[in-house]
Amino acid sequence: MDISDVHKGTKLMIDNVPYNVEEAEFMKPGKGSAIYRFKLRNLVDGSNLNRTYRSSEKFTGANVSTREGQFLYRDGNHFIFMSTDNYEQYSIDETLLGEKSHFLKEGTIVTTVMLEEKPLDITLPIFVELKVMKSDIATKTDTVTAQMKSATLETGHEIDVPNFIKEGDYIKVDTRTGSYVERVITKK
Amino acid sequence: MAEDERQRLAHLSINLQRRASIYNTTRDFFNKQGFLEVETPVRSPAIAPEKEIIPIGSEGWFLSTSPELYMKRLLAAGYDKIYQFSRCFRKGERGRYHNPEFTLLEWYRTDADYEQMMKDTEGLVTTIAGKLDMGTTLRYRGKKIDLRPPWLRLTISETFKKSAGWDPVAEPVAQRFDEDTVLKVIPDLNPNRPTVLMDYPAPMASLARLKPGRKDVAERAEVFIGGLELANAYSELTDRQEQKKRFLEEARQIEQEQNRTAPMPEKFLAVMSNLPECAGIALGMDRLVMLFCDAASIDEVIPFTTDEA
Repeated sequence: MDISDVHKGTKLMIDNVPYNVEEAEFMKPGKGSAIYRFKLRNLVDGSNLNRTYRSSEKFTGANVSTREGQFLYRDGNHFIFMSTDNYEQYSIDETLLGEKSHFLKEGTIVTTVMLEEKPLDITLPIFVELKVMKSDIATKTDTVTAQMKSATLETGHEIDVPNFIKEGDYIKVDTRTGSYVERVITKK
Repeated sequence: MAEDERQRLAHLSINLQRRASIYNTTRDFFNKQGFLEVETPVRSPAIAPEKEIIPIGSEGWFLSTSPELYMKRLLAAGYDKIYQFSRCFRKGERGRYHNPEFTLLEWYRTDADYEQMMKDTEGLVTTIAGKLDMGTTLRYRGKKIDLRPPWLRLTISETFKKSAGWDPVAEPVAQRFDEDTVLKVIPDLNPNRPTVLMDYPAPMASLARLKPGRKDVAERAEVFIGGLELANAYSELTDRQEQKKRFLEEARQIEQEQNRTAPMPEKFLAVMSNLPECAGIALGMDRLVMLFCDAASIDEVIPFTTDEA
């Protein structure tokens, strides 16, 4: 597509990576050639990129859509999901998921970003509840502030939790920061 | 939808009233000095060939990108002071300061040069500010701009050397000139004073005459206020042979590099030998209204931009 067809919200392929145009600025001296300044968000890893282009530049649009899916199971490096619309299964590589894989347990509903028909990335729920599989018994220290210790979650990921958390407890985790939020009391 | 549009347009009401008032003041300003308001065609069989201004076609003709050539045909026929508000069209120009359909105010005087055009612009802008009870200070985007003439006048050479580190008069590289104009020079202008940049490299002023005694500098001036490019003035080229040579070279590049047709404006060239010494200027009315409405975007002063058309 011509650069004049690129607007805020347009999804572009740049060096084979899909980007969302977050901001587009058109600048042109009356008698001179145009310059476009784009603020771009990498749709694969979420990083930002600022680029300046000339008016002769051509772009390929990124055919990106989203689809709701449920995480089923892990098969080696592949995470297998099922579309909640048509029950088709699809897999996403661990490297694409990055740290998000730490918080995926069976049944979690995610939004999958699709490039054409290829799943590329997921958006997790902000909070997930995960079972603590293994945690050391707290060392007794008489302090007022909570002491933290390491715990292994059912996904195999380790995070810091307060000393009072026991094996078998369910805890709530903030997937944006990867940190412990609270113990979930009623979970059975 | 209907409700959204009602709210959007209601929100613009103050700006549109101010716009109408600015038009009235502008007409008064020129009429009182004996200028004649004219209207010329929006559709033409040929326009001035300009590489970086892409016209919109209309059944084999072109929508006007500027009324300049018609204004000069009037001057060549003996009219001495003329102005017009002119709807112009430039393909693909859309942004915070651009709409592909916009309004140019152009005025021309015989026996005048670009310096006279700057004085006219100073007079017009301060007259409008006075009429709007602003005194001589314009408040635009959080900046106080002192409108009292004379405005700052800087040559392109000195400005570029200071802000971009090179001299385009010595080295007229168009692409680099355009990029540095928007990315380095304009952001570096004094935010509290209108600024006139003048004496452009000769290849970047295809309708302007050269400065006497200089082969490398043309009498072209541009007005900037609050970071907006407001107006472009020339001491007009009156040499028919030179004009034809420049047009043919520009048309050759347009046809070869951009694969669009650029027919010669023959009717203009045919009367050019009658063109007296004169000067002219094109001022973006939408941007002038933006300044006086403290508008961040051209969308705040046009009720139906291309996105709302």
